[in-house]
Amino acid sequence: MRINCPNCGERDRREFYVKGAALARPAAAAALEAWHDHVNLRDNPAGELHELWYHEMGCGAWIDVCRNVVSHAVLSTALASAADLGGAR
Amino acid sequence: MAELIALTPCDGLLPLTIGRLSLTEDLPAAMTSIAPYAGQDMALSTALQAAHGIGFPAINRSTGKAGSRAIWFGQGMALLQGPVAAPVLAEFAALTDQGDAWAVVRLEGRDAEDVLARLVPVDLRRQSFELGHTVRTELAHMMASITRIGPDMFQVLVFRSMARSLVHDLKVAMAAVTARRAGLG
Amino acid sequence: MRISGKGLLQGARPVTFSFNGRHLVGLEGDTLASALLANGVHLVARSFKYHRPRGILTAGSEEPNALVTIGSGAQSDPNIRATSQEIFAGLEARSQNCWPSVEHDLQAINDLAAPFLGAGFYYKTFMWPAAFWEKLYEPVIRKAAGLGALSGLADPDACEKAYAFCDLLVIGSGPAGLMAALTAGRAGADVILAEKDARMGGRLLAEVEQIDGLSGVDWVAQVLAELASLDNVRLMPRTAITGAYDQGTYGALERVGHHQPRRDGLPRECFWRIVARRAVLAAGAIERPIAFANNDRPGIMTASAVRSYLNRWGVAPGQRVTVFANNDQAHHTARDLVEAGVHVALLVDSRHDAPDSDLYPVIKGAQICDTSGRKRIDSITVRSVKGEQRIQTDCLAMSGGWNPTLHLTCHLNGRPQWNRDIASFVPTPGTVPGLACAGACNGTFSTKGALREGAEAAAQALADLGVQSARPDVPEAEDDPYNITALWAVPGKGRAWLDFQNDVTVKDVKQAAAENFRSVEHMKRYTTQGMATDQGKSSNVAALAVLADATGRGIPETGTTTFRPPFVPVSIAAMGAGAAGQAFRPQRLLTSHLASKEQNAPMIEVGLWYRASYFPTKGESNWRQSCDREVELVRSSVGICDVSTLGKIDIQGVDAAKLLDFVYANTFSTLKVGRVRYGLMLREDGFVMDDGTTARLGDTHYVMTTTTAAAGQVMAHLEFVHQVLRPEWDVQITSVTEQWAQFAIAGPKSRELLNDLLDEPIIEANWPFMACGAVDVLGVAARLFRISFSGETAYELAVPARYGDALFRALLQRARALGGGAYGMEALNVLRIEKGFLTHAELNGTVTAFDLGMQAMVSKKKDCIGKAMSARPGLMDEDRQRLVGLKPIGAVQQLSNGAHLFKPGDPVERVYDQGYVTSAGFSPTLGHSIALAFLKNGADRIGEEIRLVDHMRGIDALCEVVSPVFFDPEGGRARG
Repeated sequence: MRINCPNCGERDRREFYVKGAALARPAAAAALEAWHDHVNLRDNPAGELHELWYHEMGCGAWIDVCRNVVSHAVLSTALASAADLGGAR
Repeated sequence: MAELIALTPCDGLLPLTIGRLSLTEDLPAAMTSIAPYAGQDMALSTALQAAHGIGFPAINRSTGKAGSRAIWFGQGMALLQGPVAAPVLAEFAALTDQGDAWAVVRLEGRDAEDVLARLVPVDLRRQSFELGHTVRTELAHMMASITRIGPDMFQVLVFRSMARSLVHDLKVAMAAVTARRAGLG
Repeated sequence: MRISGKGLLQGARPVTFSFNGRHLVGLEGDTLASALLANGVHLVARSFKYHRPRGILTAGSEEPNALVTIGSGAQSDPNIRATSQEIFAGLEARSQNCWPSVEHDLQAINDLAAPFLGAGFYYKTFMWPAAFWEKLYEPVIRKAAGLGALSGLADPDACEKAYAFCDLLVIGSGPAGLMAALTAGRAGADVILAEKDARMGGRLLAEVEQIDGLSGVDWVAQVLAELASLDNVRLMPRTAITGAYDQGTYGALERVGHHQPRRDGLPRECFWRIVARRAVLAAGAIERPIAFANNDRPGIMTASAVRSYLNRWGVAPGQRVTVFANNDQAHHTARDLVEAGVHVALLVDSRHDAPDSDLYPVIKGAQICDTSGRKRIDSITVRSVKGEQRIQTDCLAMSGGWNPTLHLTCHLNGRPQWNRDIASFVPTPGTVPGLACAGACNGTFSTKGALREGAEAAAQALADLGVQSARPDVPEAEDDPYNITALWAVPGKGRAWLDFQNDVTVKDVKQAAAENFRSVEHMKRYTTQGMATDQGKSSNVAALAVLADATGRGIPETGTTTFRPPFVPVSIAAMGAGAAGQAFRPQRLLTSHLASKEQNAPMIEVGLWYRASYFPTKGESNWRQSCDREVELVRSSVGICDVSTLGKIDIQGVDAAKLLDFVYANTFSTLKVGRVRYGLMLREDGFVMDDGTTARLGDTHYVMTTTTAAAGQVMAHLEFVHQVLRPEWDVQITSVTEQWAQFAIAGPKSRELLNDLLDEPIIEANWPFMACGAVDVLGVAARLFRISFSGETAYELAVPARYGDALFRALLQRARALGGGAYGMEALNVLRIEKGFLTHAELNGTVTAFDLGMQAMVSKKKDCIGKAMSARPGLMDEDRQRLVGLKPIGAVQQLSNGAHLFKPGDPVERVYDQGYVTSAGFSPTLGHSIALAFLKNGADRIGEEIRLVDHMRGIDALCEVVSPVFFDPEGGRARG
């Protein structure tokens, strides 16, 4: 499997660490339910999914990878810094 | 009073020649990582040019040459090799001394590409990896920085503590490539 | 028998090799199979289950029968296909799965017991008594049935791994593959042409035909010469593509030294990972046998194999050959043999409309229903409308048609489609993105068709890549229709083999169907059809056709089993290449490594790091003596320990303090420059991730330390928090773990030692507990931290790593002069347990700040990672297992990590479990064993008695629950 790093170009999967679904962090004051949802509950779509991958053995970028988890097609990749996942500050 | 004697990362391991391949240790006088602060990229590159005569490298590229080189070193970072980073650069970037953090070796020879193809999952052949190109990647499970510094010459960096593993893995690959070459008569 | 003037090896050098101890001579370019046949050796192997005599069935990598072991001793390599193994001077090959010899195999008695050994026999027969399976049945079956055996010795030969990249990967070098490579090569694309055979050309090397007026062989030579002249084309013979993976990645196995005498440094095999933007599969097709009674005797081969041996290797596999076919192409075998002067006794064609010949007799609408000959076929029985007749023969060439070699198209879960016209499965387009099929593997069996499809597939691939290409003219070549009428199994009594390698017969498949294993996947597993090392390449389609017939369904409805990688067997040695011995994984060595080894310190692996376990001195015979001494020297004078493995992370920028406040539960923005603070880091789920100290070197400059174990994880986490959660913060994060060699100097005499080395001595007033700053040590700029992991007055001194070796030696020398010395991981562990300090033994991922008694560290004034979730009621429950200390009651007893805790009166059963021990050791300071443990509501149970049980080590000890800080609870020693 190969992932297109926005910095380095297409690289072998072995250079990456995958964290899981790309989710926005709840606000600090969000209800415990919202936090529970964020930490523990995941959709499991048979199709497109945004995930966070870390180019650990490469440039160190965190990457927002959209891929089809059924076909394994990588549909898009972008630096995760642009994905606005920090939630309400 | 006794002095502290410095040892190089590959002390006792190099140089090494197998067939027409050679592996030697490179010892840049200094190595400093330069990570520009927010919005300072241009100012930094100008200052770098003024101080050391080389620009901040683009992604996957290096600038300068032996003795004074800046290598793209990952997301938002370059590694200055050679000169001690001018203090003025600290206005624009986080400077971190890395002069002892990395083992730096030079792999040279006509089959150097073939040696690296045994250890690195990136296409480093000349048509796709030209002089001055650089990558952050892995080399036999070690985080590495690899730069083409000559037509048949690569500079490879891994963590200092892994110098022995690096030399071992390169040596085995050099021997394998050389043995194959010998078979072709 | 070699026919002079025939084949492609004319003028080749003779090569001497041995088979079962017999010295034989072949020619350079021979496979072991062709050389054996040239020497009249037909009996090569014994079958898996029945120990039936077996010969050579095919001429390719699909060979099910002729598996041999090559080499001897530690270098023996089992289950090598004689049809793929090239001979070389000194090659030793031998038959396997036979005793005492392949000629006289005592276990051939199994063949007589065959009625009892059919499909599922061991499921039914060896059920009871249950205990017998492991002790009796399995060992006996394993001994009786099997393939080659490993030597049991360490493999002295190395394999290698490598990566390759290309625009177009062409798989197979027959007419389709050559045309594809030529088309792409001429267009300047970056091409890899991979061929599993030693010689490129595919079937063109084995057939008598013309391409553009040249012989097929000459045309191949011409194309290869052109390809070899192109810098952008890489020819990879002896390279089998083993699997198709996501995003154009392909696995490939190359035989590098496997076909030649051993040479130093030369790997045996190379496992390639090839990344191709596009691929053309031109893998050809595999001829299938026909199932009829006793179709497995030596001398019975596929018709195409007979042509290969004749036309390529100049070997006639018999002198009185018969042919059994259901298609026109097999008639070429008879034709070529006759033209080479070999007698063809008869061609039996099951079709009534088969073509006639002047060269050899043909019986149409007939079938072969049986054969005879124990170690080699000596006759066939032909059944026709005229009845049955026996014909003498020493070689039977059979052809049930061809199966396209479409395996790779199924590796990403694709399913092939049934094509009735050719009675074969053909690939479904698009099942592997970027891969197109051409030629026989696509069900196009004429040479002309293959040439055309190869050129077209390459041109299309180039167009996809935006590369201009001129479409080469498709050469003139044979374009005959493929006439076939399916014939899978000849009805009749007697065992008719489908899967030669696993000894599965038509009867077994029918048996499976009768027992309602009707799904092809169930049938496969019940009969083991297709589960041998050849993965049923020559048997799958016929077996499912028999199953379809037995279940009254069509073949498309019955479906196929799933083809999975690898396409050819890949040795574990090749997959694990480069990772044997000390290269198993990278080793991280400390700057003190050499000096520690000189002190005979045993090394212990901590992640990738190697750290000194202890430093034995004269008279110490076990580690405990050394450990106790090292603990005592730290408590009484001064000890030196290399602590460089701790993660060190440089954090700079105007928002550095904000980042630290966010990733640590406690606050760092308030830390003064020149001071160090202990920090606790949580995961977002509220559990503890890591701990460590962070020093403030400047207003916007911190250096964080992490535990050795979590260094990588914390670095990734900091980058995550910065890049993903707070990209607007101006902060730069750089690992400096490797830059600094850092040594702990611990003990009452630590300052004395330090001041002996520093260019300017320090005074206590300026360097209180938790101070940090720059110092010069023997002329070298260094960093000094007044921190302690031992509870003693202690410093950590960091110098650029190049000075690490020298500084360690200097520290050691001075420590010894003060009555101290080096201490290793064992003593470090005891020292920190005595103080109740934590490592990842305690921070094991299930522990909260509350469990550690550190909930007050989670600042109420700010948000931090994990804050919200750490306040969950369940994470603050008093009944949680919380950190305590344990000390044994009564005589000194050993305590152990991993032991579980029970109330003294309770049964030792899981439901009564009260907690577990995370760290234990003997404290020489206190004179008894101590342990850290997590105990239900532990913090409120100080003074209680608890029972510690470790079934693994046979430990059962009564303990007293105490504070986790065993020694100097006020911390006066560290501050003093």
